[in-house]
Amino acid sequence: MTDTPVHPPIIVGAGPAGVRTAETLVAAGLRPLVIDEAARWGGQIYRQPPEGFHRPKRALYGFEAGKADALHRAMAGILPAVDYRPRSLVWNIESGALDVTPNDGLKGGRSETVPFSHLILAPGATDRVLPFPGWTTPGVFTLGGSQVALKFQGCAVGSRVLFLGTGPLLYLVAYQYAKAGATVAGVLDTSGFADHARAVPGMLRDPGTFAKGVYYVGWLRAHGVPVHSGVRPVRVEGDGRVEALVWRRNGAEQRTVCDAVAFGLGLRPETQLADLAGCRFRFDAMDRAWVPERSAAGRTSVAGVYVAGDGAGIAGADAAEMAGERAALALLEDLGRPVDSARATLLEQKLAASARFRRALTDAFPFPADWAASVPDDTPVCRCEEVSAGTLRKAARDGEAAEINRLKALTRVGMGRCQGRMCGAASAELLAQALGTGPDAVGRLRSQPPVKPLPFSAGILDEEKAS
Amino acid sequence: MTARFEMERLEADVAIVGGGIVGGSAALFLTRMGFKVALLERDWCGAKASGVNYGGVRRQGRPPEQLPLSQRSHAIWGRLPELVGIDGEYVRSGHLKLARNEADLASLVAYNKKVETFGLGLEIIAGEAFRARYPALGDRAVGGSLCPEDGHANPRLVSPAFARAAAKAGAVVREQTAVDHVERTGNGFLLRCTSVGGDALEVRSRILLNCSGAWSGRLAESFGEPVPLSSAHPCMAVTEPLPRFLDVNIGVEGGGVYGRQVERGNVVVGGGRGFALDADRARPARNAVLTLMGEAVDLFPQLRHAHVIRTWTGVEGYTPDRNPIIGPSATTPGLFHAFGFSGAGFQIGPAVGEALAELVRDGHSSAPLDTFSITRFAKADPALSVAAPAGH
Repeated sequence: MTDTPVHPPIIVGAGPAGVRTAETLVAAGLRPLVIDEAARWGGQIYRQPPEGFHRPKRALYGFEAGKADALHRAMAGILPAVDYRPRSLVWNIESGALDVTPNDGLKGGRSETVPFSHLILAPGATDRVLPFPGWTTPGVFTLGGSQVALKFQGCAVGSRVLFLGTGPLLYLVAYQYAKAGATVAGVLDTSGFADHARAVPGMLRDPGTFAKGVYYVGWLRAHGVPVHSGVRPVRVEGDGRVEALVWRRNGAEQRTVCDAVAFGLGLRPETQLADLAGCRFRFDAMDRAWVPERSAAGRTSVAGVYVAGDGAGIAGADAAEMAGERAALALLEDLGRPVDSARATLLEQKLAASARFRRALTDAFPFPADWAASVPDDTPVCRCEEVSAGTLRKAARDGEAAEINRLKALTRVGMGRCQGRMCGAASAELLAQALGTGPDAVGRLRSQPPVKPLPFSAGILDEEKAS
Repeated sequence: MTARFEMERLEADVAIVGGGIVGGSAALFLTRMGFKVALLERDWCGAKASGVNYGGVRRQGRPPEQLPLSQRSHAIWGRLPELVGIDGEYVRSGHLKLARNEADLASLVAYNKKVETFGLGLEIIAGEAFRARYPALGDRAVGGSLCPEDGHANPRLVSPAFARAAAKAGAVVREQTAVDHVERTGNGFLLRCTSVGGDALEVRSRILLNCSGAWSGRLAESFGEPVPLSSAHPCMAVTEPLPRFLDVNIGVEGGGVYGRQVERGNVVVGGGRGFALDADRARPARNAVLTLMGEAVDLFPQLRHAHVIRTWTGVEGYTPDRNPIIGPSATTPGLFHAFGFSGAGFQIGPAVGEALAELVRDGHSSAPLDTFSITRFAKADPALSVAAPAGH
C-alpha cells in the first residue's frame, strides 16, 4: 500500500459525479486532474452558459437551481487545488494512459498522452434515440439537446415546440420552455396513465422528486398545454422544416402544428472509455444497455479504474453526486488513506435507495416495447451512414447478422461519425426484435478509438519529416 | 449442474477450417465441383483479417512468384457478382504506387521490367505528365507506377459473401463453431468442434483444408510441421465522407501510408501497427494512429480539416519471407494448407481457393505453387520467434 500515487488521480467529466469526486479528493489532500469536454463545469444537467451570459440560475435550472448553484460553487471553490482541463476530449485509453486533444471541433490540436494510476470515469449520458418517420427533419431535436440549447445559450429550438417521449425530463423541459417564453404545443407521453398510477407507490420513496413531477404536469395543464399519455408518433410533416407532428392515441390519429419537436425516450450511458480501459460489462435490464460492472463503491473490474454517475448506469444527478463522492472514497481507500467509513456506508445506503426509486421511475415511464416492431422499414436509423430500419431487419431475417457487430459490418450501421452512440440502442432493439430475442442477447458494440471524431491536426509526423 | 448438449455428426468429402476469403472461396469452388463440403468458422465468416483489411485489390507490388495466382484472381474478381451475388463495392480504380524521390522511381521502373511478362499493364508516369494527371496529389511525389485495372473493394461485404455463396450452393457452413481437436483417422480426418452455444459437432472428412489465417500454425504443428508464423495488426483509419478528390488506390514505394476514397466519399488510410489485446483481438495503437494521421495529411492535404471517425485493425498471420504457405502437407496425406498471406491475401484469396479446389480434385493445380510449399520452413527452428514485420 502506498500513500502517494505516482500520478495524480484523473477524473474524466466535470458534471455532478466528477465535481463531487474532485471535491472529495481535494479534501483528502490530493490534487486531481479534471478533464472535461465542456468549456465550463456542471455537466449536461447543470450546464453553465458561456462566460458573459448572465441569466438567473432560477430561470436556467428551475427547482434544481439550488443544487446547480451548490455544484458550481463546489468546483469554483476547489479550482486552485485541481488541475482543470476544460474543452478537452479524451479520445482513447491505452496501456494505463489517456489520449487527450483540445475539444475545439474542426480546429483541434496536438494529442497528448497522459498516464494514470487511478482513473475515475464520469462521462455522463446522452439521449436514447428511437427513430420515427421524419425524425431527421430539421427542427426535430432530442430532449437533452433542446434543454442544452436553453441552458447554454438561452435559445429555444423553435417558437412552437412539441414535446414527445417519456421520462421525468419530458415534463421538466416542457416546463422550462414554457417559463422561458416559448409556446409549448403539447406534451405527448409514450407511457400510459396506468403506468404512472402503478408506479406511484415506488415513486413516493422520493416524495420531493415525485411532487416536482406532479407540479410540472399540473402547471403545464393549468397553462393550457395539452398533455396526453399513451401516445405513439406517426410522422413528422414538413419539407425541409418541421410543420407538424401526426400522432396516434387509442387508434385515432391527430395532428399538432409545431415548428420543432423535442423527443426523448430516456438516456443511455456513455461507456466507450470504460470499454477502452478494459472494464468488464454487464447488461442492465433497466437501462436496456451494457454498462461497466461496478461494486457499490464504484470500483470496476480493472484495478485503479472507477466509474460514477450516469455513465455507469442511469441514476440521475443526485445519485451521481453521491456516487462521485463514494468512488473518491474508494480511491482513497485503495491508496491506503484513512476514510470516513460511516460516510461511505451512508452513501451506499442512499445510492441503494436511489436505485429503488429509479426502478419505480422505469415503471412509470416504461420503454416503448412495441417500438422495434412498429417502426416502418423506410425510417432511417443510422443518420451518418443512412441505414434504414428495413435494411437492419433484412440482414437479421436473412440470417446474415445474429449479433450487433456483425450487423454493423454488413450494413454500416454505427460506422459513421457517432460510432453507434446515437444509433446503437435502436439497432440493438431492432436486431433483437427481428431475431425474436432481447437486446441482451445480441452482443455489445465494440469500442475503438477515437470515441468521438478526431481532427487530423492531432496527428504527428515522425521526427525526420517534422523537421 | 448438468447441461444437455446435442452431439451432431457430419460426413463430408472436404472439411475446411476457417471461413475467411480463402476458406470461403475454396468451399464455393469445391461445392460447385460437386464435393460435399463442411466449412467451420470459429467467429463469423469473413470477420477476421479477410473482412477487416484495408480493401486493396492489388496485383502491383507483389513478388513475381505470386503473379500467376494474382492474375487468376484478377479474372475471378471480374465476375464477382456472378460468383457471390454482390458487387462488394469492387471498383477497378487503378492502383498508383507513388515515388517520393528519384531512387524510389527507379525501383518502380525496375519492378516494371521484372514483371513485364505477366501482363499487368503497368504504366510509369513522372514529372509534368504526373502532375497533369494527378493534380490532387500535388507535388507529393515525383512520379508513380499505375496498374490501371487494380482497384479496391469492401472487405466486410466481399469476404463473408464467399462463404454465403458456398452455403447457397450446398456447402454446410457452421459459424461460431470452434475446431477443438483434429486427428488423422484410417481414411481421413476427424474434427471435434464446439459451438458458442456449447453444442458438440463431430465432422469426418476425407480431405482437410487448413485456412485459418493467423491461427493456422497450431493445426499445422499438430500434424508435425511447425511454421514460423507470427501475428501482426495493420492499423487503419477512416474519415467522414469528403468531397471526391481521389479516384485511384494509392500506395507509396518503400512502404508507409496507403489510401483510397470510397464511393460515399470516406477516405480509408492505413499504415503502422496495432497491438494484441489477446490471441484473438487487437486494437490500433495510439502512436500508430497519430503517425498515420500525420503521414496521411502530409500525403493528402485534402484531409487537413477532416476527422478520423474510426480506427481498426485485425489479426493477420505473417511468414518470414512474406510469401504464403499454399499446398499439400508434407507429413499428412489429404491435408492442405493455405495461410500466412502476410497482409496481402485479400486480392489473391479467391484464386487460392480455386487452386485448393483443383488440388483436391486433380492432385495438382494449374497455378504454380512450388514457391509456397510448407517444406521451405522444414529446417526452420520453430522455437525461434519471428519479429512482427514492420511497414506494408
